[in-house]
Amino acid sequence: MIITVASGKGGTGKTTVATSLALSLAADAKQAAPHTRLTFLDCDVEEPNAALFLRLRLDRYEEVGILIPEINVERCTYCGRCAEVCVWHALAVVGRKVLVFPELCHGCGSCTLNCPEGAIHEVLHVMGSLESGSAGPITFGHGTLDVGQAMSVPIIRQLKARHLAEADHELTILDASPGTSCPVVETMRGADYVLLVTEPTPFGLHDLRLAVEVARDELGLPVGVVVNRGGTGDPGVEEYCAREEIPILMRIPLERRIAEAISGGVPLVEALPEYRPRFVEMYRSIEREVASRKEAP
Amino acid sequence: MKQLVILSGKGGTGKTSVAAALAHLASAERPIVLADADVDAANLELVLDPVRQEEHVFMGGQVAVIDPELCQLCGRCYEVCRFEAILPGEDTYRVDALACEGCASCVYQCPEGAIHAEEQQAGLWFRSDTRFGPLFHAHLFAGQENSGKLVTMVKQQGRLLALDEAASRGVDEGRDLLIVDGPPGIGCPVISANAGADLALLVTEPTVSGIHDLERILGTVHHFRVPALVCINKADLNRTHAVSIEAYCRQHGIEVVGRLPYDDVVTRAMVQGQAVTRFDPEGAMARALGEMWARVRKHLDGAGANPMES
Repeated sequence: MIITVASGKGGTGKTTVATSLALSLAADAKQAAPHTRLTFLDCDVEEPNAALFLRLRLDRYEEVGILIPEINVERCTYCGRCAEVCVWHALAVVGRKVLVFPELCHGCGSCTLNCPEGAIHEVLHVMGSLESGSAGPITFGHGTLDVGQAMSVPIIRQLKARHLAEADHELTILDASPGTSCPVVETMRGADYVLLVTEPTPFGLHDLRLAVEVARDELGLPVGVVVNRGGTGDPGVEEYCAREEIPILMRIPLERRIAEAISGGVPLVEALPEYRPRFVEMYRSIEREVASRKEAP
Repeated sequence: MKQLVILSGKGGTGKTSVAAALAHLASAERPIVLADADVDAANLELVLDPVRQEEHVFMGGQVAVIDPELCQLCGRCYEVCRFEAILPGEDTYRVDALACEGCASCVYQCPEGAIHAEEQQAGLWFRSDTRFGPLFHAHLFAGQENSGKLVTMVKQQGRLLALDEAASRGVDEGRDLLIVDGPPGIGCPVISANAGADLALLVTEPTVSGIHDLERILGTVHHFRVPALVCINKADLNRTHAVSIEAYCRQHGIEVVGRLPYDDVVTRAMVQGQAVTRFDPEGAMARALGEMWARVRKHLDGAGANPMES
């Protein structure tokens, strides 16, 4: 099972919820269900923060990016076909020179396939890195986009490919970036359930609606909500969820002691262990929902 | 015209609340233009009580479309697509429009000529009137690419309006400040929001995540040679981390221009749809924001020198 934790609005507590869910299940697995293999992937490659909350041993590192064209000048006839087929304008033929602009290239490989002389081969253009290791019983992986690079989706795609290919994981938790555009879609794609973390404010509600549009309406995935920093007196999120029949799986109140613990890098369930059974219970209800959808497609 | 962009790296540190407050304070002194560059989750309008004046279609990139009549099921498109956007089916191959990057590789490779690329609408952009000045904002449709292009469009429209106004009045001094509320992260839409800015105000918070992300957003604005100032929001939430942000900034020659208290008045103002400086003008938060604006304004008026390069 793959659960993606997303939010729309930034800073609502995605990483807090995702890490606490993983830690609670890991602790529960030791006692009750030792068979559960748990993987945690931080897919917010622009600002990966989950590692700050988990006691990690990272033992693998690799550079990742996209494949960009390199021209074999011996074979090139400067016909200009590569530049013609590139919709990103990442190639230009100027006289007897072919210019490649790596920051515009999406790595689609169309130029290579279209070159009539077979004069293009592809080389790795590094855009970031992947690291992996473990946090106790949890297998951990995250990606980091290099500063100054624009495209995060290739890093997310490769992070998922590395870990989800080793298929015997019983549960994978993906921590998404804020927003609703392509990096978030990439993190939701292939998930069995999307857990949306919001706050009961006008900003939280506005962005929750957008996240539901992506997860439920576009991708057809079941969604549930965690309302974090409750107690603002704004009923908008509760009313919206009731109207849309979206289950609210947990409510976490606005408390300074929670904010202080998290500010210091202490996971919610370590600061307040009474939340552990609530996270385990939340997982059980997600599990039931996913199972019931599989039975009745 | 000067451009001030508000960024943070980490989401939810208070960019939009700060942007709305600065818009309030700045517009009391001079006419300004506003742009919400967080096009996938645009929130600035929620505290500005906007009246929509214009709505325009935003055309994004292309997507591949397969003609089922011509498709011979050879599977070449599936083979060449690197974005998992081609889905094999029983009687035709289909395109997953959300996954398709519009590279047109399949268009060129299909031996039957059964695939073409179609430009698609990726969102909308708007001009609204608000109590603090005209606002340019947008809505990128769910899961769309090209957020950077839409961000650029929203900012450009803001600048064009100011130029048009100046031209029609026959003066070169019109609206001389564009405030850009930026998106979280450091990738494509952030790079677009930051492009051409005279000054970036980075809103952080004294948390392990806030510090980690501040370093990355500072690296990003520095990479693109925009001078940066820092605002520490919720500064009293964690003294230790607040001190280390101050030290880090001092070390790198970045001025900390604002230290805002941890105060639920920000949320209460937001629930009322108001900038916090307008909702509670006499409070500690409004005072801290007023002091910050005075410092930011000084930098804007003398903008040019990049403290990180000195």
